[in-house]
Amino acid sequence: MRTIILKSASSYLLPVLLLFSVFILLRGHYLPGGGFVGGLVAAIAFVLDAFSNGLDKTKSVLKFHPGFLMPLGLLIAFFSGISPIIFTDMPLMTGLWAENPIPVIGYIGSALFFDLGVYLVVIGASLTIIFTISESA
Amino acid sequence: MLGAVLLGLLFSFFLVFAGSYFKGRLAVLSSLVPISLFVYFLTYIPDIAQGEIIYENYEWIPSFGVNLSFTLDGLALLFALMITGVGSLVFLYTSAYLKNHKYLDRFYGYLSLFMAAMLGLVLSDNLMSLFIFWELTSISSFYLIGFNNDKADSRKSALIALGITGIGGLLLLGGAVLLGDVAGTYRISEMLAMRDVISDSPHYLLILLLIFGAAFTKSAQFPFHFWLPGAMKAPTPVSTYLHSATMVKAGVYLLFRMSPVLSGGDIWHTILIAVGAITMVYSAIHIIFRTDLKGILAYSTISALGILVFLIGIGTQAALIAAAVFIVVHALYKASLFLITGIIDHETGTRDVTQLSGLRKVLMPVAIAGFIAALISGGVPPTLGFIGKDLIYESTLHYADSAILLTGLAIITKILLFYGGFVAGVKPFMGKLPEKFSKLHLPSPLMWVPPLIMTLAGIVFGVFPGLIESAFAKPIAMTQAINYEEFHLKLWHGFTTILGLSAITITAGTVLYFTIKPKHSLENFIAKFDVVAPKDLLIKLSEGFALFSRFWTNSFQTGYLRHYLSIIVGFLTLLLGYLIFSDFSLNIDVSTLADLTIYEISILIMLLLGVLYVVFTKSRLAAVAATGVVGLSFSLLFLFYSAPDLAMTQFSVDTLTVILFVLVLYKLPKYLKLSDSKLRIKHRILSISFGTLITLLILRVLNEPKNTEISEYYADYAYKLAHGKNIVNVILVDFRGIDTMIEISVLIVAALGVFGLLKLRLKTRDKK
Repeated sequence: MRTIILKSASSYLLPVLLLFSVFILLRGHYLPGGGFVGGLVAAIAFVLDAFSNGLDKTKSVLKFHPGFLMPLGLLIAFFSGISPIIFTDMPLMTGLWAENPIPVIGYIGSALFFDLGVYLVVIGASLTIIFTISESA
Repeated sequence: MLGAVLLGLLFSFFLVFAGSYFKGRLAVLSSLVPISLFVYFLTYIPDIAQGEIIYENYEWIPSFGVNLSFTLDGLALLFALMITGVGSLVFLYTSAYLKNHKYLDRFYGYLSLFMAAMLGLVLSDNLMSLFIFWELTSISSFYLIGFNNDKADSRKSALIALGITGIGGLLLLGGAVLLGDVAGTYRISEMLAMRDVISDSPHYLLILLLIFGAAFTKSAQFPFHFWLPGAMKAPTPVSTYLHSATMVKAGVYLLFRMSPVLSGGDIWHTILIAVGAITMVYSAIHIIFRTDLKGILAYSTISALGILVFLIGIGTQAALIAAAVFIVVHALYKASLFLITGIIDHETGTRDVTQLSGLRKVLMPVAIAGFIAALISGGVPPTLGFIGKDLIYESTLHYADSAILLTGLAIITKILLFYGGFVAGVKPFMGKLPEKFSKLHLPSPLMWVPPLIMTLAGIVFGVFPGLIESAFAKPIAMTQAINYEEFHLKLWHGFTTILGLSAITITAGTVLYFTIKPKHSLENFIAKFDVVAPKDLLIKLSEGFALFSRFWTNSFQTGYLRHYLSIIVGFLTLLLGYLIFSDFSLNIDVSTLADLTIYEISILIMLLLGVLYVVFTKSRLAAVAATGVVGLSFSLLFLFYSAPDLAMTQFSVDTLTVILFVLVLYKLPKYLKLSDSKLRIKHRILSISFGTLITLLILRVLNEPKNTEISEYYADYAYKLAHGKNIVNVILVDFRGIDTMIEISVLIVAALGVFGLLKLRLKTRDKK
């Protein structure tokens, strides 16, 4: 499937799709989107890149094994979950929110970090599965 | 008290990292752990002697009523001191016995873990935490019994012990839950007030049987006694610790602890007396047929445990005091005898009592310890054993029913125990020293001092019974006996019937010792009955069970995906079919439904075409693409019914699924027909009926009244509480965030599974 069209398109598609996945992640709290879908879109972006440029190329773009994103994401989600216990006396998973919105991103709260964790785990898990299978096939 | 329980756990954890420092000369320092605990518990004696009971409570899982609540009363203190006291001596002894052993640090780790578990068990006031510590003792004793893990029979005994005590643990859990349900609390101290409620409950018998099951397996009562002689494969310090003072006493402790709560019905007394009596007589008789020193000690231990259960079954104040004193007596002499056996084994290399004689000439201090231990075990004055024996006779003689029979059984047992004690403690040291043993020399004092200390303690307590009385006997009688009466422990009671019975016991025991000599022929004789022994029956049962499970597994785990799928789907079809047709009603008011639009109709056509293509195509890749069409049509449907989040997710998931399928199927060979037409028809029928049932089920859902309470709640509070306008996302990251947390963990596990499975296979393929 290494056609010229796909190949030249993918070099633009990868950053655009990644940006789009972050956009989906950030808007999730108010509009359709969120960490899970965002993660899937990012994973698709990499898979598309791997299809057009070859798996090794994509791996070298990534610099590290996508599997490392899984524990990282789980840790972020976990710490955002227990942050209310650490910073305040509120129970597990209570949402903490900043007073003022940040330009572009909007209101920042522990839920956003939780979603970020989900985002990373989804990318890590789906890429690990797909890369492993395509290597062994 | 929490610190005291945790110290052993922490020490064993510490040994994981610093173990190598505790293998050489520093090994003896490990004993500081039990010694400091022993001293710590000693300081409580004055308080407990005043009749105080100390409680400590730490919340653990308060919503389930499971807390770490500890109580220190006379009974707990007795056991705690025994565990730490005997533990200290065993720790000291081990440093010489297993000197320079490769895994000495591991051994200390297991030992201190076990000690911590035992302490937790006897100090727990909460039945649930008691259960947890109970299981911990089973697990840590498994490691101890199987310590020589390069020997097959050692591993096997460890497994049998774990199996038997593990079953007991399960029974205990059942009993604890049921008891907690009836009493409304898991705290034993609160259950004391519910004695009548519990014994009137319809579950009383079941509770009793479960608790008995736990206690009998742990304390090696007939017919579960066989794991104990097997457990003698362990290194001697383990046998000493497990069988004199700790592990096997846990069951006795449980019965003792629960007796004021559960002894409301007659059945409590009947069962305990019967089982205890059978065990004590049965295994006391077995002593005669043994020639291995450890075998003799094992059976005399079981017999002693039988006596304890028997006494708790009698349950009068006198019997409970007798049990408390006998627990001390047994710990002192049995631990010494085990340690002495260990020394003999260590020096001569054999435990066969027919080959051992005259060792007093080379091992004098050990011989003294052995002789005193035999005196304590035989109940000869002025040792504590004498008082213990008198108390036993006193309680049987004053029991209302069949006093003569019970006393008779007790006397027979005590005579045989007298014999066993002398064979183990005296016989190896008497007579002529064989040539081959003449070059032996006394081992390190770390080995022979501990048994001497214990035996001397047996004499001190015998001469001054007031020590035992104020520290343990009185506090125990106050908390455990139903009606407390004042009493005094004495060595000399004057010329009474009991004194006469004592004299008979000692005389008969001495006669027995001089007439019957341990012989191999006797041991071979008893081995003929092994076929009907509970041990062999159980092993056959477990072999049969293994056969059955192999058959069961083979008939379901065929390794064919289609087989698994048809079993799962077939089972679901039966279940759903029953559910739907047992109460079937479909009345959908068509007029209330919205009209079909042209968009929906076109999507439906697309869906149907996709499905039909999947079923009839001959190309795998085309089938995968067609399932993609089905998935995308669904995401369109979601979009039409205003669920954009769902549509987006479905869309991305479907894309990835198709890619995955393509990756997997790309390299497979061409499409082949592997199944015959008969099987295909069977699968078709299954698929069609399953699909029909699912359709019916979904239609049924329309019949149910709509419940909008939950969705309204989320709609109302999504912004107020969670600052989010996208309800789906708020539910995912906030309201049900823990679910999401678990889901992403599952995702990770799945990814790691795929990674591990395939990478592992790649590596083995690379090697070729």
